[in-house]
Amino acid sequence: MSRRDMSGPVVGSARSDPARDLAASRSQARHTSMLLRMLVRAAILRRGRATSALFAVVVAAAVATAMLTLFVDVQAKLQREFRNYGANIILTSRDGASLPADTLLRVESTLAGRGLVAPFAMVVARTGDGQPIVVAGTDFDRVRQLDRWWSVDSWPSAPQQALIGVRARLAISPGTAAAAATAKKQPFALSFQGHVIHLRSAGTVQTGAAEDSRIYLSLPDFVAWTGVQPSTIEVAANGSAGEVGAVMNQLAQAIPAADVHPVRQIMEGEARVLGKTRATLLAAAVLIILTAALCVLSTLMGWVFDRRRDFAIMKALGASQRLLNGFFAAEAAALGATGAVIGFVVGIGIAAWIGRANFHAPVVPRFSVLPVVVAVSIAVTLVSAILPISLLRRLQPAVILRGE
Amino acid sequence: MFVRLVYESFRRQKRRKLLAGAAITLGVTVATAMIAVATDIGDKINRELRTIGANLLVTPQEDSLDVEIGGVNLKPPSDGAFLDEADLPKIKGTFWHNNITGFAPMLPVNVKLEHDGQPPDVTLLGTYFAKQLSFGKDNFTTGVRTTHPWWRVAGAWPEDNSRDVLLGEKLAVRLGEKSGGELSFSGKHFHVSGILSTGGAEDEQIVAPLAVAQEILGKPGAVRRIYVSALTKPEDALARRDPKSLSGPIYDRWYCSPYPQSIAYQLQEAIPHSHAEQIRQVAQNEGTVLTRIEGLIFLITLAALLASALAVSAAMATAIFERRSEVGLMKALGASKLAVASVFFAEATLLALIGGLAGFAAGGLLARQIGRSIFDSQIGIQPVLLPVVLVVAVLVTFAGSAAAIRRAVQLDPVFALRGDL
Repeated sequence: MSRRDMSGPVVGSARSDPARDLAASRSQARHTSMLLRMLVRAAILRRGRATSALFAVVVAAAVATAMLTLFVDVQAKLQREFRNYGANIILTSRDGASLPADTLLRVESTLAGRGLVAPFAMVVARTGDGQPIVVAGTDFDRVRQLDRWWSVDSWPSAPQQALIGVRARLAISPGTAAAAATAKKQPFALSFQGHVIHLRSAGTVQTGAAEDSRIYLSLPDFVAWTGVQPSTIEVAANGSAGEVGAVMNQLAQAIPAADVHPVRQIMEGEARVLGKTRATLLAAAVLIILTAALCVLSTLMGWVFDRRRDFAIMKALGASQRLLNGFFAAEAAALGATGAVIGFVVGIGIAAWIGRANFHAPVVPRFSVLPVVVAVSIAVTLVSAILPISLLRRLQPAVILRGE
Repeated sequence: MFVRLVYESFRRQKRRKLLAGAAITLGVTVATAMIAVATDIGDKINRELRTIGANLLVTPQEDSLDVEIGGVNLKPPSDGAFLDEADLPKIKGTFWHNNITGFAPMLPVNVKLEHDGQPPDVTLLGTYFAKQLSFGKDNFTTGVRTTHPWWRVAGAWPEDNSRDVLLGEKLAVRLGEKSGGELSFSGKHFHVSGILSTGGAEDEQIVAPLAVAQEILGKPGAVRRIYVSALTKPEDALARRDPKSLSGPIYDRWYCSPYPQSIAYQLQEAIPHSHAEQIRQVAQNEGTVLTRIEGLIFLITLAALLASALAVSAAMATAIFERRSEVGLMKALGASKLAVASVFFAEATLLALIGGLAGFAAGGLLARQIGRSIFDSQIGIQPVLLPVVLVVAVLVTFAGSAAAIRRAVQLDPVFALRGDL
């Protein structure tokens, strides 16, 4: 469309262009340019009403985008939170023997970065005064990531350092609890099948469970002392229940010597909480989107009703009902599409903000949501334009123009 | 005259009033339902999180060290201290008894199975399955079926006063036993009522009513440890403080908040010679999960409130905009701006009150429906919320109408009557 067409006369406004020019430009103009001109002018002339209608569509689309994005994303976000519960798969050797030496490597290659792994080896050793105590060898760096709930005052950093469970403190430094607390960093000895190891306490671990009664060593120290290889490997696999199940199958195939089983209470608890949260979110999303759609509907219907004079004039000038329907539909669709795209951008922003504020992690924009939002926006705007038109259709233009 | 104006406006413009009223009702319905869900979601998710198991553990204070690998206890069973079974109902007498959803005592003993050519040493775990207990006038049922909901039994759960036992899944395979069979140990015969599958150490054990384990050990009333499942509040800075260092009102606040620490402290007070502690794996993590979900639903409730406020505003603005000619007529007849505005505000208030009441009732029903279909339990709505919701509905309706009313009264009556603009 040329610049001249844009500034051409519009229904209801008087222009002082020479009549010849006007007639010429009108005869040259194509039918579609007239339609476009009317669309653009309608938006510009009634700026206030058009803006409020657009605002309603933008708000509705933004809310819908944010809700849908969150609904898709919340599962991944909550699964990450649930991984703080630690392992969801445990590999144990059959019949209490040790696992083959390359098991840890094989588990890691099967997992390929989709989770965390920590090996554990355990024996019953004796303290200096002959008391039995469970001693475990593990990889402290891995445990630190896998079992985040361990409350440790200082992690061992050098060889020959041990992590003492809070209840095991008394066993290695006899006396009262107060003495045990001050006896930190004291050297002590443990013996296993005649082999003695001299250790220093680096810190204490408190979990409220079995770990409190144990002493933890680094795996190299443990193996050099006892000659016992890890018998348990704990795996925290990422992903949905289906993905974790697939990882379990792969692990069972890759390591036939081990018994692979899920930590059922973690898996079941996770599934339940995730399911309920998603269902609640879905219910909320449906309610909010319905409300937002209603907001669009009432604003747009008001806007179209408001323009019944335009409608009547066009009809009086001889426009067919089909042309009128097409005009208002095109206008509504343009409004819906524009609003949806702006709303999508705003909605992504809202979702990202909620992700950062609540989950301390960004929410990834889901572009698969965009077509849904655009389609629904256009559908809602179309309905809210067509509904008043079909009501007005029964009226004579003269009645509307008289203002009754 | 004023009352008549408002009354006639409602009588004659039924369709328009109905539309605006419907918008307000829907907005209030959504807002009420979301507020109800948001206030209750913490409790509901907390109960779901109890699926993961007990979050508190009570052990004897002067216990000797546990020597346990892979669920096999190597400590002599009679070694160390015990808790008294008679003290158990006192758990329901603590300050936070309503938050304690269940507890299960455990007593592991070693038994020698009289079975041909099979591993003779097996751990037998004595516990409650679904035991009827009473404290004062309170009657309640507790046991592993509440605290360990992931335990599955093929067959039947034993009665707590019976001599039936459950056989761990893996042990059953090794023994070639099935549900309904017989086991003999400690010189007696026991009926296997079901096969237990837990995915944990119990798969290699026999699980029996507590009385059976006490009888084998020869210590009536003995309990080794108690798993307690409690609804707790996420830990904060106050929770981590040592109760001994707190004084006066701060101590009271610490004591009267359902932190894992303060419930553990109260359990310790209730059961003599005991030591109670949170199981950090469960207690610490449920705090984070709970905070995240509550935060998410809170933000979404804000979004819902915003959306419903916008919907109400839009409906009101449209309703008033359509009545410009009426405003023009009133002004042409000499009504002041104030008089015109007060007619509209009175109508808006009336609409908001009616719509708010209907919406509150509908929202309550909706919340109940959501609670029933998602959580299988009630989501109640506090009647206290009704005045709050009504006030908010009136305010939102006012705010939505204000701009439209201002524009309507500022209009020149001539243009308004001609229908221009």
